[in-house]
Amino acid sequence: MDGVELEVRDGVDRETIETVQAMSGKYKHGWETDVEMDYAPKGLSEDIVRLISAKNEEPQWMLDWRLAAYHRWVKMEEPTWAMVSYPKIDYQDQYYYAKPKSMAVKPKSLDEVDPKLLATYAKLGIPLKEQALLAGVEAPEGERKVAVDAVFDSVSLGTTFKKELAKAGVIFCSISEAVREHPELVKKYIGSVVPPTDNFFATLNSAVFSDGSFVYIPPGVKCPMELSTYFRINAENTGQFERTLIVCDRGAYVSYLEGCTAPKRDIPQLHAAVVEIVILEDAEVKYSTVQNWYPGDENGVGGIYNFVTKRADCREARAKVMWTQVETGSAITWKYPSCILRGDDSQGEFYSIAIANNAQQADTGTKMIHLGKRTKSRIVSKGISAGRAQNTYRGLVSMHPRATDSRNYTQCDSLLIGDKCGAHTVPYIEVKNNSSRVEHEATTSKVDEDQLFYCRSRGMDEEEAVALVVNGFCKDVLQALPMEFAMEAQALVAISLEGSVG
Amino acid sequence: MRAEAKTEALTARTAALTASGSGWLGAARRDAVARLAAMGLPTKRDEYWRYTDPASLTAATPEPAALFDAGDEAPAFDGIDAVKLVFVDGMFDPAQSDDPATAGIEITHLSQAEGVDIHWAREVYGVLEARGQIPVQRPLATLNTAYATQGFLIRATAKAAKPVSFIYHHKSTTSDALLHHCIKMEPGSELTILESGPAAARMTSVMEVEVADGARFHHIRAQGRDHARRAATHVFSRIGAGALFKSFTLTANGCLTRNEQIVELVGNDGVAHVAGAAVGDGTFHHDDTVFMTHEGLRCESRQVFKKVLMNGAVGVFQGKILVKPGAQKTDGYQISQSLLLDGDSQFLAKPELEIYADDVKCSHGSTSGAIDDTALFYLQSRGVPKRVAQSLLVLAFLAEAIGEIEDEAIAEDIRLRLEGWLQRHEH
Repeated sequence: MDGVELEVRDGVDRETIETVQAMSGKYKHGWETDVEMDYAPKGLSEDIVRLISAKNEEPQWMLDWRLAAYHRWVKMEEPTWAMVSYPKIDYQDQYYYAKPKSMAVKPKSLDEVDPKLLATYAKLGIPLKEQALLAGVEAPEGERKVAVDAVFDSVSLGTTFKKELAKAGVIFCSISEAVREHPELVKKYIGSVVPPTDNFFATLNSAVFSDGSFVYIPPGVKCPMELSTYFRINAENTGQFERTLIVCDRGAYVSYLEGCTAPKRDIPQLHAAVVEIVILEDAEVKYSTVQNWYPGDENGVGGIYNFVTKRADCREARAKVMWTQVETGSAITWKYPSCILRGDDSQGEFYSIAIANNAQQADTGTKMIHLGKRTKSRIVSKGISAGRAQNTYRGLVSMHPRATDSRNYTQCDSLLIGDKCGAHTVPYIEVKNNSSRVEHEATTSKVDEDQLFYCRSRGMDEEEAVALVVNGFCKDVLQALPMEFAMEAQALVAISLEGSVG
Repeated sequence: MRAEAKTEALTARTAALTASGSGWLGAARRDAVARLAAMGLPTKRDEYWRYTDPASLTAATPEPAALFDAGDEAPAFDGIDAVKLVFVDGMFDPAQSDDPATAGIEITHLSQAEGVDIHWAREVYGVLEARGQIPVQRPLATLNTAYATQGFLIRATAKAAKPVSFIYHHKSTTSDALLHHCIKMEPGSELTILESGPAAARMTSVMEVEVADGARFHHIRAQGRDHARRAATHVFSRIGAGALFKSFTLTANGCLTRNEQIVELVGNDGVAHVAGAAVGDGTFHHDDTVFMTHEGLRCESRQVFKKVLMNGAVGVFQGKILVKPGAQKTDGYQISQSLLLDGDSQFLAKPELEIYADDVKCSHGSTSGAIDDTALFYLQSRGVPKRVAQSLLVLAFLAEAIGEIEDEAIAEDIRLRLEGWLQRHEH
């Protein structure tokens, strides 16, 4: 139920109403950190692109690459095919670079970073100390470690466990650092999965990306710990344009986690990211996201506009990628993590939960491009709509003539809570050979009354009951998440739906 | 750029056409001309033409289409007792037709409708078509409303004694037919419309069907078998409370067929079933585009589309179930499947759901693949020769679509035609 439309009905006591009211639009991470920021001048121009490049001390080739993208972008039109509507974005009324003043001289280690910034991450429950774990979860055998790259607005504050990772030959650093320290790797792979010409938002990102993570796992190495990047937008009127590049060399393995939050603000903020993953022979990448950007209030004021291009290229034989996403935040979500299954016998999997409550709009899904022989893909998408939200699954499964004996299985389920929201499914299926098998199934339904009644008869209140039923609906996807994320995601599912029943 | 191309194509396509006529019909045509001018003609860059290139449908003149002798089988629906209305290359031929007056229902040719005020027809002609332009434009249908001079206005007030059968002969290699039929089903009436034949080198057709409360309408169509023919057909229907609409199409051969079905369930408890079976060999491009809109309460819709494709044939399915706010207790079902008999054929599908009501049951499924080897092996192990086994499995695959035909004699006619096609195309 919308917080604003609450009315006291017969048989409902005032306390219940107030509790529901207090919960609606609840967002845990909506506070902001008060730090002095260094902004690039507002607006986007060639000078801003040059300035961002200079701030990152980039070589000429990187600047040229950005400028080419910029010149292309100014001629492009914003896409309108997604089922989302939002006021026209004024790209000149944004800051494209914001860096905490304390980061002016790059700290040598995380110990030198402004304590205020470190406190931000502590409050978010993100461990930047090397022995720590993700908050709220006990270590199963006291051994799990997670290395974190903490990105604050336009800069990376630092990366943990660097030395230990280096011992294994793993490179995990910010992309700006990688451009300086490992130019040969960056030059070889950047733009090779998502070319700067790919789409409006990817081209914009290619011109102005500020920071993000770079990961390289050398041949045969199983990354000794999970890697994680935590993105925090703090500054007002500032767009975040992160760029992440993950290269998993032959026979290597890595599990990568991504989290994101932003303060509550009345003015929408832009986030246009690009994530590229290159996976070589026999390598495997697991990429998990819990997207919890500020969704705007219950009337749709404020929130993050999230336009993201994520793509993995299974470039060689038997490469494997698994995308898992829990999308609970953002006012607008426009995101299609995709798999190019180029190598023979390569595999792609996509597990997604997208929750849209209040006035949120999500248009998300995946593309499975089967190019190699005997390639396999699996899509499990669970969309939940509540309040006045619109939730769309949009996906492509393409079997090229050469991709013989390939398989795809797609399941898209939508759940509607309330009669003012919408749930939509827009799959594209293109089969160009006959030895491949493609199956697509989709259903749309409401929360099952019998299940709710059963839970309530066991003493649960209605919100708990809905949360439990919804968690059951999502379990195929939750199970695909790494353990820490699964716990967080499960709690998030419940929080995101608070205030949706009444 | 794009808008210019659309307008240029329209100018070329309509150069030889005039929106003639006086009275209500002339007004409806002129209105369509104005709507069409604002749209232009479709191009491959339009979202709902991404899988089918409309160029040959929008070209100024049709590609010549060789004639085909289908003398190896009886004409479709030959054994069904019906009022036969025959068109040759899109022109009504009274000499070959039954006297419409014998049908026991009102049947008026478009050319006779201009002068008289047929009050029911002015609420249907071009009206359902115009409603069907939102949210997706269908300019070829508007073109038809504006320029078609051939077709019938049919009104049923009770259960019709026998079906009305439109028979379309193709005799000229360069014919370009525009056919527009309007059907008004008054409350409680029942009627079956049959359509068969290749019609012309190129046919653009519209059928508008208003099914009032409690009426029942059946439509069974056999498109084929000329290989080089092209067709863009549209059926716009509006279905009242407790009314029933069923449409089935068999497509055999034809180098390009685009069948659009635009269905609106406006009353409560309405039922709409649209189904299709398509079989194609070689240069065969077959596109089913369906928009099913639920507005009433407790309506039921089914979309069942099956395609059997070989030697580079292409099958397209674009289907949407749109449940408007308040259309509670909707039961929507959609299945699109293709059987690819060899490695060169393609199936391209976009099965959509757009749902704005929560107490609904909607599902869709789409599959594509080769004949099941295990089933084939099983039949062979029982002594069934491979070619026969393959035909059996293809017929079993198509059975769900044919099952949508209520009249058993008509369903049997369709089944025999499919069996004949499979025998001729065994490989």
